[in-house]
Amino acid sequence: MSVGIVLVSHSAKLAEGLAELAAQMAPDVTILPAGGLSDGSIGTDYDEVVAATQRADSGDGVVLLYDLGSAQMTAELAVESLADPSAAIVADGPLVEGAIAAAVAAQAGHDRKAVAEAAAAAGIPEDLAPAETPPDAAEIELELRNEVGLHARPAGLLVRTLSGVDAEVTVRLGDQEADGKSVLALMSLGARQGDRIRVRARGPQAEAALAKVKELVDGDFGE
Amino acid sequence: MACTAEGVAAAVRAAAAVVAEHRVELIDLDRAIGDGDHGENLNRGFTAVVAALDSAVPDTPGGVLKLVATTLISKVGGAAGPLYGTAFLRASAKLGAVDTLDVPALLDALRAGLEGVQARGKAVGGDATMVDALIPAVAAAEKAAEEGEDVAAVLTAAADAADTGAESTVDLVPRKGRASYLGERAVGHLDPGARSSALLLRAFAEAAR
Repeated sequence: MSVGIVLVSHSAKLAEGLAELAAQMAPDVTILPAGGLSDGSIGTDYDEVVAATQRADSGDGVVLLYDLGSAQMTAELAVESLADPSAAIVADGPLVEGAIAAAVAAQAGHDRKAVAEAAAAAGIPEDLAPAETPPDAAEIELELRNEVGLHARPAGLLVRTLSGVDAEVTVRLGDQEADGKSVLALMSLGARQGDRIRVRARGPQAEAALAKVKELVDGDFGE
Repeated sequence: MACTAEGVAAAVRAAAAVVAEHRVELIDLDRAIGDGDHGENLNRGFTAVVAALDSAVPDTPGGVLKLVATTLISKVGGAAGPLYGTAFLRASAKLGAVDTLDVPALLDALRAGLEGVQARGKAVGGDATMVDALIPAVAAAEKAAEEGEDVAAVLTAAADAADTGAESTVDLVPRKGRASYLGERAVGHLDPGARSSALLLRAFAEAAR
């Protein structure tokens, strides 16, 4: 048994072609395409995605990959509607590279979380990819809800909060990364309201550093 | 005056008629900055909703909204399916088994719908999406309710605010959805999702009169 994979695409041809390609790397993995609408036109078919997700699950769960915006929504909605939503994960990675990486990870017998992570990591350029995450490092993703985002005052507050904490903290927005102890670097990320930042901490107090950052962000920097 | 399940079903039918009437307009708006399927998809979805209502009208307002949600999710192939589907699903869950829709229940449903759209699409105000119509609509509905207005007047206030909110997307740079790939080039265009949200609210308001 292995984790199943469902490829959610607007296009039936795209999903089928990719399933064929990924299957070459993973002959024992169930890889099901869920592309296009039932009449053959472009779109994502919720019923088909749900059915494929159920069929792909041989007991170890399923990882879904998607192509564009609404395919992600359809995939997430399908997972939420499962009898056990924790049995499936929508992986946030590039469709083609992610499908190959996920297929290889599933073939190797990894669990669904590791398969989803393999798909997501396939989108990160090698020099930024967390090749080996040291044991004392941790990362969280946070959404900025405050009005001004990571502007001067919030950035300053973040740096002050982290002073005295024994951890190296970096903040990433998209593929840009900034030192968590530099106000200017943080501001230059241009993170705005609604953006999701990834905060990584490394060092003896890594967890404490992340908890402090999370508290600040969740509290809208006191706005 | 409160709305029964039949009243809500009538409002949904009215919305379906409005979507059919504006199908080409929505297609044209979407073709300018997206993939051009919004009018077609939404019309297909609401046509299926009407067919479902023709065979049986659920007993409660929440039941009607749930039928709308599941039908739209299954029949609309684009982003509007999961977005409107989630909105109607959350609204339906919020209403539960109440048998009439009064002003407090309507506000609950509108708020839950907006939260559903934002949870699904991750858009905030200013991203040039349907959220830019819905945020002011919910705020206006809350204000009208505070002033003691009835269901029809609350919905009218929401529809008026949604119209203005939708218009505001003309000047915005889209940050979510297919139009976001165009960036600055999408400025000057009305967001089709914001437009359809405003149309649906207007249809509900007219039906509630």
